[in-house]
Amino acid sequence: MALILNIIFYIFVFLSLYVQVFFFITFFENRKKIVIRDGRTKLRYYPKVTIAVPCWNEENTVEKTVRSLFELNYPKDKVQIFLIDDGSTDNTSNVLNKFVNYSNIKIFHKNNGGKHTALNLGLENSDTEYFGCLDADSLVDREALVRIMSYFEKDPTNMAVVPSVTVYNPKNFVQYAQKAEYNMGVYFKKMFGFLGAIHVTPGPFTIFRRKVFDDLGKYRQGHNTEDMEIAFRMQKNQYKIEHCNDAFIYTNTPKTVKKLYKQRVRWIYGFINNILDYKEVLGKKKYGNFAFFTLPAGIISIFSVSFLFGRIVYDICHYLYIKLLKFNTVGFDFNFKHISFDPFFINTQVFVFLVYVLYFFVIFAIIFGQKMAKEKSVFPLKMLYYFPVFSVVAPLWLLKGIYNTIVSRKPAWR
Amino acid sequence: MNSNNLDWKKYFIVFLITICLFLTASYLSNYFGNQKINQLKVIQDKIAIDILSSETQFSLLSELSCKNISDSTFSSELGELGSKLEWSQNNLGTTDEVSYLKKYYALLQIKDYLLAKKISSRCGVKSAFILYFYTTAENCSLCQQESFVLSSLRTKYPELRVYSFDYSTDLSAVTAMLQIYKIKDTVLPAVIINDTVLTGFHGVDELDTILNDSFKLQEAASTPTVKK
Repeated sequence: MALILNIIFYIFVFLSLYVQVFFFITFFENRKKIVIRDGRTKLRYYPKVTIAVPCWNEENTVEKTVRSLFELNYPKDKVQIFLIDDGSTDNTSNVLNKFVNYSNIKIFHKNNGGKHTALNLGLENSDTEYFGCLDADSLVDREALVRIMSYFEKDPTNMAVVPSVTVYNPKNFVQYAQKAEYNMGVYFKKMFGFLGAIHVTPGPFTIFRRKVFDDLGKYRQGHNTEDMEIAFRMQKNQYKIEHCNDAFIYTNTPKTVKKLYKQRVRWIYGFINNILDYKEVLGKKKYGNFAFFTLPAGIISIFSVSFLFGRIVYDICHYLYIKLLKFNTVGFDFNFKHISFDPFFINTQVFVFLVYVLYFFVIFAIIFGQKMAKEKSVFPLKMLYYFPVFSVVAPLWLLKGIYNTIVSRKPAWR
Repeated sequence: MNSNNLDWKKYFIVFLITICLFLTASYLSNYFGNQKINQLKVIQDKIAIDILSSETQFSLLSELSCKNISDSTFSSELGELGSKLEWSQNNLGTTDEVSYLKKYYALLQIKDYLLAKKISSRCGVKSAFILYFYTTAENCSLCQQESFVLSSLRTKYPELRVYSFDYSTDLSAVTAMLQIYKIKDTVLPAVIINDTVLTGFHGVDELDTILNDSFKLQEAASTPTVKK
């Protein structure tokens, strides 16, 4: 049994390493294509864009979100803003009404039906060639839209362009941990973009060609991850999704581990269930890297983390059992004189070296993601919070996502 | 529309690179594993020399005087070797080399035990010995508990010498000892104090009393172990 578990363990380590090497090689193949622009970007032609801001109890953040849209480096008459109150029970409605007199803003109030219904209301009322969503807890950089639109101008086959999402004003260790993760996400998103295999078009400011919805239909509930479902649908229909790495969106992130846990359970649940909904795509040659890399890599990470977590929990329990056994047998041992460092006892098993290599790839992704996100400091020490927060809590939301899938219990938004 | 973007060559190259990383990790692990084995061999050689030296010293002096024979004659690194071997077995696996070293270790313990016993009887040097038989072949939680008891006693009485033997060690000398004391694998753990065979688990207090009845032992300067 121990041998079988060991073999499974090494298979997971191999697959996890394979995924990271794949990203690394993709980076080296394409590194010269990564452009990080400074200053104002100009377009030959400025198409009209609708930005829908769905709100559900966002009284604290939505005003800032809307005001950030006013600052966009884009002709005002070309940006139509829809503020959609999805049945908020707080003061959101009154906050939105402050913008009632702005000519390029339309305000909608509807009964609560979920984010996808709010977006679909926006779609129904929009007549522009481009349509995008901006979550009401996020702020746009003034160059974000024009840079995204430059990708559409450059390549007419681009059907959606996703931005780089980073953390807005982190204050505590949970948010710093997420900042490292989001920066790493910028790097991975770019690599997925090069592979033509992006699996999520984030709520904060992905811009679509209207044609996507005309051809493929409106937003769906998508297990509370409508931004993932539409990306899966686009990949299934081979619609190109690109990543504009220098279009920055700053998002408010959960402040507590509990809120983070809840958010991530929803994401993981959505990811697993969207994979199940689109399982026919897996391993089909015509869907390219999305079918052969993105989805398998996601599945591998879910299984690897679950297995490793199980193993770590077993090891911890075994350690505690031995300590308890010792305590029961001889009492508490106060004698620490015999504890001394001997390099002989440093673990030099094969997996230890492989874990070092995996850490190297993770740190590389964080550092390069930082660079792409134009962070001032290359590797602030606060980024190290990522490791304890995500290695301890991530397996829990992963397992909860799996559990919810098994018992088909949908997680709440908040 | 999205073009088919599969690049099989890249998938294969990544596979080869991953294999190379695995092989490199394997090589490094093997290299450091061998370094540890070599370190164990050096310790064992040192112990062998120590024992041989003690035996020779004993042969030279026994007929004249016992005054130069003391506890310091015994090799002090047996305990360290034992813990390193145990760690190696858990972390490097039960390889041929580790098994071989374990046999060698068992043999060194027996030699050390016989020498200590000889010196003790002829020169009247006060030495307390415990022979301890356990098994790693099956999950023996009582053996684990007995090990804690013996470690605790060894900390309490620095002059106490505990010789541990894995029942599953395939060595005729160990088998001979098992036969002498009529120990079977069904009664493990087994502890032998002053030729008295105690099978099954025996707690600290019980063994402490037996040890004090058999040998007059001096406690360590500070009392490190606190019983519940």
